[in-house]
Amino acid sequence: MLKVESLAFGFPGRTIGRDVSFSLASGEVMCVLGPNGGGKTTLFRTILGLLASHDGKIILEGKPLDSLSRPEIARSIGYVPQGHSGYFAYTVRDFVLMGRTAHMGIFSTPSKKDFEVADRAVASLGMAHLAGRPITEVSGGERQLALVARALAQEPRLLVLDEPTASLDFGNQVRVLERIAGLARTGIAILFSSHDPDHAFLCAQRALLLAEGRALEIGAPREVIRADTLQRLYGVSVQVLPLAGGGHTCLPAIGG
Amino acid sequence: MISFALGNQVSANVETVILQVRGPRVLAALVVGAALAAAGTAYQGMFRNPLVSPDILGVSTGAALGAVLGIFLSLNVLMIQLLAFAGGLAAVGLVYWIGARLRGHDPLLALVLTGVVIGTLLGSAIALLKYLADPYNQLPAITYWLLGSLASISPRDLGVAAPLALLGLAPMLLLRWRMNLLALPDDEARALGVDTRKLRTVVVAAATLMTAAAVAVSGIIGWVGLLIPHAARLLVGPDIGRLLPLAMLLGAAFLLAVDTLCRTIATIEVPPGVLTALIGTPFFLWLFALARRSW
Repeated sequence: MLKVESLAFGFPGRTIGRDVSFSLASGEVMCVLGPNGGGKTTLFRTILGLLASHDGKIILEGKPLDSLSRPEIARSIGYVPQGHSGYFAYTVRDFVLMGRTAHMGIFSTPSKKDFEVADRAVASLGMAHLAGRPITEVSGGERQLALVARALAQEPRLLVLDEPTASLDFGNQVRVLERIAGLARTGIAILFSSHDPDHAFLCAQRALLLAEGRALEIGAPREVIRADTLQRLYGVSVQVLPLAGGGHTCLPAIGG
Repeated sequence: MISFALGNQVSANVETVILQVRGPRVLAALVVGAALAAAGTAYQGMFRNPLVSPDILGVSTGAALGAVLGIFLSLNVLMIQLLAFAGGLAAVGLVYWIGARLRGHDPLLALVLTGVVIGTLLGSAIALLKYLADPYNQLPAITYWLLGSLASISPRDLGVAAPLALLGLAPMLLLRWRMNLLALPDDEARALGVDTRKLRTVVVAAATLMTAAAVAVSGIIGWVGLLIPHAARLLVGPDIGRLLPLAMLLGAAFLLAVDTLCRTIATIEVPPGVLTALIGTPFFLWLFALARRSW
């Protein structure tokens, strides 16, 4: 589905990460962990083709990313950016409908099918009752869910979510993670970043630990998320505790 | 023609007044109002800012410099209009050319900043020409032009300006759905499959053509392009497909009303630039208080 080979990435004239390699299969969930400024967003923007890669290769469904047009990429990768609030007052429905752009002709307006796909995406996130509300008048968490719905309306085979849980309360965080796991079961490949290592334990098959633009570790969460790697990643001491049901959780130690 | 339409005899004077004087003026008010409102609608969406007017990239200032230069050189009316039109296009072309070369910045910010800087530069060139102009003949003509007027529009002016404005309108109508995507942050729109650079270029070109065509025959009429799109957005929301037609209707109706007042409330013509704000402000505040919708 997605193959990244010794990728160097960054802004024009400033490389901030290099030597990142991984591949992601359909139905697989990968969680990217790392400190603020570690390059998570920049890595995602490069994989989406929004920033040019500085070195290495990105292969999307067997084709080099830089050989694909914007609409081709958009039909393949759905993007959930970190939400912001400066939108115009589009209704949630119109906002999600924008996810259909890459499936429409340049001069087209949305067809009946486009409306159906958008409405289904809105309903699948339990937001049908908000469809007519302006995006500016829903809560931060609901706006985040609308961004997910918009990405689903793209009917992507890879979903890239940049800190999808960042502005959500505990319940909504769990709902988004459940949704991520559910989408993966339908065969969509998922790449998401989080500030909480537990999120990788909860719904990812693989974790990528990104520090200063380099992949510290890539592998199954229980193998790569350890006290020593978290210490290196975040500079704090953390216990990784096994749970009775077979999972793991991270517990930071607050020094006295 | 009128007598044929009305089915009885109408004197030649009345026919001249309607067809040569009032008719073109009414049509011009409709065309200019609609064009300014449409351009304002496109720009406010594109710059994601409700405080943006069609002048943001310097089209009016460029047109003003062209017209002032024409008056300064004592050229005829047609040449003055031509210079105004060309000045508007050239100013935006220059701004766009420079803005696109300021890489490594947010493209919209680069465009707006370049627009402001070039606008200031052109503004001082206008000031210089005013300073140098003959204070008895040229200076009043310059001031008159800068305040805007629909009083002296001829059928020929209209015959040139209206098709140009329509030419600018066509891509906006065709792209009315896709233009919504420009209101998203650049990254988001691109990730949704839009070539934002190309789309923005088309919209800027279309809006500039419309505005330059309008300004060349009417002079600078402020306010319409800034506040009419707001009023329309308060009524129907930000979707361009609904917003654009309504903004054009409101803009056309508003400028016609203003211009009618301009020639009737006093024995002398009042410049529309004065009245747009005088009538528009209470109208807008009333609408703003009435609507319970955010931008």
